[in-house]
Order: sequence, then C-alpha cells, then structure tokens
Amino acid sequence: MAEATVPILEMKNVGKIYSQNGRAIEALRGANLKVKKGEFICLIGASGCGKSTLLRMAAGFEAATHGDNLMWGMPITGPGPSRGMVFQDYGLFPWLSVRDNIGFGPKSRGRTTAEIRETSDHFIELVGLQNFADVYPHQLSGGMKQRVAIARVLANDAEVVLMDEPFGALDAMTRERLQDELVEIWSRTGLTVLFVTHAIEEAIFLADRVVVMSPGPGRIDNEYIIDLPRARDTTSNEFNEWRRLLSSQLHSHHVRKAG
Amino acid sequence: MTTLASDTEEGAAPAREMSRPAIWWPRLRPVLLAVTFPLAMLAFWHFATVGRPGSLIPPPYEVWQELQDLAFGGINDDAYSKTLHIHLLASISRVYGGFALALVVALPLGMLIGRIPIVRQMLDPTIQILRPVPVTAWLPLAMIIFGLGPRSAFFLVFLGAFYPILVNTIFGVRSVEPRLFEAASMLGCTGPAQFFRVVLPAALPSIFTGMRLGLGFAWVVIVVGEMTGVQTGLGAIIMEARQLSRTEIVISGMIVIGAFGFLSDQLVMLIGRRLLAWSPSHG
Repeated sequence: MAEATVPILEMKNVGKIYSQNGRAIEALRGANLKVKKGEFICLIGASGCGKSTLLRMAAGFEAATHGDNLMWGMPITGPGPSRGMVFQDYGLFPWLSVRDNIGFGPKSRGRTTAEIRETSDHFIELVGLQNFADVYPHQLSGGMKQRVAIARVLANDAEVVLMDEPFGALDAMTRERLQDELVEIWSRTGLTVLFVTHAIEEAIFLADRVVVMSPGPGRIDNEYIIDLPRARDTTSNEFNEWRRLLSSQLHSHHVRKAG
Repeated sequence: MTTLASDTEEGAAPAREMSRPAIWWPRLRPVLLAVTFPLAMLAFWHFATVGRPGSLIPPPYEVWQELQDLAFGGINDDAYSKTLHIHLLASISRVYGGFALALVVALPLGMLIGRIPIVRQMLDPTIQILRPVPVTAWLPLAMIIFGLGPRSAFFLVFLGAFYPILVNTIFGVRSVEPRLFEAASMLGCTGPAQFFRVVLPAALPSIFTGMRLGLGFAWVVIVVGEMTGVQTGLGAIIMEARQLSRTEIVISGMIVIGAFGFLSDQLVMLIGRRLLAWSPSHG
C-alpha cells in the first residue's frame, strides 16, 4: 500500500526567501512537515511566522527557495485541482452565480453540462445554499460566501483542502457554525485539510495535529497531536489545558522576540 | 445531515404592507423633481422671447412647430419640410458605424495593450500623447486625408469613440484582482482559458463604461463632423440653418440630437443592466 507509507503532502527542509525593495526577507527556514491522507492539520503562529507562505507553497502559488514540496512523493510545480484553496477573502468570481462558481472547476475540466449541473447541485446542498443557487456573490453574507468557496473546492474533487484563515473575517457565531460544518464535512468525506489560523481555540477545536510556528525567520517549532474526542467541547477541562499549553508556547516566542 | 443553514434565510423577509401614498409617492417624486427644472427653463425661454419680432431666438412654440414641420411637413412647406428622417438616419448611421468600427479596433487593441507588456511598452506612450489632442482638432487633417464629406465625419466619430473604449478596456483587463487568477488556476483553469473565463468577465464593467462614454462622444462629435462639406445629417442642417438665420431649425436639430443621444444611452444602459446584473455598481 503506497498510500500508507507515502504522505499525501511532504515538505522537506523547505525555505523561502523573498526579495523586497532589494532586501532579502527570509519568510521560512528549514520547514519539515509530513501530512497523512485524511489528516486535519492546523498551522498556528504569530504573523510573519511563514504559515501562509507554507500553505501557498503547498498550493503551488509560490516556489520554495530551498528544499522540496511533494504531493504523493512528486514535486509540486504549480497550482492544480488536487489542492484546493479557500481564501480568507473568498476569491469568488463575482460575475458567476453560486451555482456557476461551484461548477467552475468541473467546467474547466471539460465536464458535460449535465454533469456540471449535477455536481454543483450536490455541493450546493452539502453547504445548505439551495435557496441561493442563482444568486451572485455580492448578495451573500460572509459566511455564505465562504460556504460557496468551500463547496467550489470540494466540487472539483480536491484531495487536499488548503485554508488560509478562512473564518478570520467572520463574526463569532458564523465562525463557530462553519467550524462545526467543516468538521462534519471533513469526517464524512475523508479529506485532508491544512488549515492556517492565528486563533488557538480554533486550532484545538479543528485539528488532529497542531503545528506551532514562530517568526523571525519563520519556522516550525513544535507539533502537538490533539487527542480529544470529537465533537469537541470547548468548555471542557481538557480543552482548556490544551489552550493553556499552546498559549504559553506561542507567548514564549513573543517574550523571546522582545528580549 | 447538519448543514445548519439557518443563516441562509437572511434577506428573505416578506415585504411589509404599505399605504397607498407610500407606494406612489416614491415613484412620483423623482419624476416631479426631474421635470421642474426644464419646465422653469422653458417658461424663462418663452417669456424672454415671445412678442419680440427682432429676437434672433424664436420662442418655444415656434421651435415646436418647426420640429413638427421637419418631421411631418405640412406647416411651412419649404426645403426642410419632412426631411428630418433623412438627416436623422444619416447621423445615426455615422454615429453607430463609427462607434462599431471603434469597438472593433479598440477592444482587441486594449486587451493586447492591457495584458501583453511588450505591446503596452510599444504603443502606450504614443497613445498617451495622441489622446489629449481634441478630436475636433483632427478635422482639417481628416478632410485632407479622407476628403470633404461624410468619410471625414465618420472618421471623427470613430476617433471620438475610440479613446474612451480603449482606455477603459486597458484599465479593465489590467485591474483584475490577482486573487481571481489564483482561484482559477487552483480550480484547473490555466493559460489562455484564464483570459476568457477570468480577464474578460472581470473587465466587462470597465469595458462597458468605455462603450457608454464612447457612444456619448460619438454623438458629440457627429455635429462637428457634419458641419463641413456634408449635405445630410443633423450637423449639416444645423450649420446650413445658421447661415440662413433659421434659428428654430438650429434648436430643433439640437433637441433631436439630445433626444436620440439620450435614447441611445438608455439603450446601452439597459443592455448593461442585463449583462452586469452581478456587479453591485451596475446591477
């Protein structure tokens, strides 16, 4: 079984250096990460820790300066439908209805009109937007837009869903509801999720494994396997212990950086 | 299945019952406000000109009669009676012909300049220098190149519509949100397909604004274009009537141009609202 041994995503000693106005900025140094199929991983850290850079390299939007980014052991050379991205600012096509946004991927891959229709209807239902199928994005609330963005990636048969602080711009109520739905969808579909966040509670609630990163230069510090049973109770003692642990982890970097 | 879609009910609140004045007043108000100013102007025009035989500006009623005579004849029975359709048709065909030609040239050119850096580097400086030259300043040169007559008018209309369409097309295809390219490519839409499925639709509102401005300019320029060496057209009769001191014909021509320019703009807006229903600023 190749799938059992080869990780779906693997970062080997990955580094990234940007040049900005002639100055070199090291966004990420020596990052190693293996993601197993079906895993839910949260990348957490202060801004500038390289978590978004790591995600964008997994998506293929950016190339690594050092090291290798692999999917199923093959180098990632550019963006592709196997790795779907959910952006914080949604990135929906404003000229397409909800249905056509969700059908964008299947259409790009040359599916027939009937197939596209069937696929998009299925995923519209999955995210509960049946009454809004023919509405344009500007008529939707933030939470609904993010549902469309998630459905759009799922409709394209993405194996890995990359999420860049997807719920960061939403109000607390909507955020919690979407977290529940995401876990629901993930547990039902066997997707692999790589989720960037700066909210500790969100990471503990969602992840199988939390990867803690720190800035200056961006790097991976530690990994924690969250063994809490699902569905997780954010008010339980165990949850709070995790919260304390990760909080002190993240906080120690601030102290170190300041001193 | 826990789709938990309760927040998807927002915005579906039933319309509240409204009293009768509350229904017709919001509709009547803008009409009343829009009509007040022109009616006041008309009254001023009337009282300033009526009963003054020496006035070079005729009162509104005479203009109205002339307009009817131009359109249907039967009042003055002179050389201008019942000729409006000839002039109108000539002007409309030049306006839309020049506009269509401007579209055919400016749209592809704007897309090339906007999306291909080498084309932009080659052509953009030239265009930036030529653009401030008023279209009317081209008239003498146009008459030399295209000869006296309708072809010069056609050229001026083309030029008048060309720049707004070009500039807005360039702006539209250049200012596509980078995020949308990322979204398209991670969904499997890459290369030339991105142009048709991302760049073009994203640029459509700008292109549309350019078309609207271009058509407006075409109506402005047509009169200048028809003022020299052209026998037919609204610009031609305005010029001719001026030489004959038939000011009522001049004003009638102005009214017809205003009305048809307005109608043509409304038509474009109607198409735009259909096409751009997705855009918050157009739909």
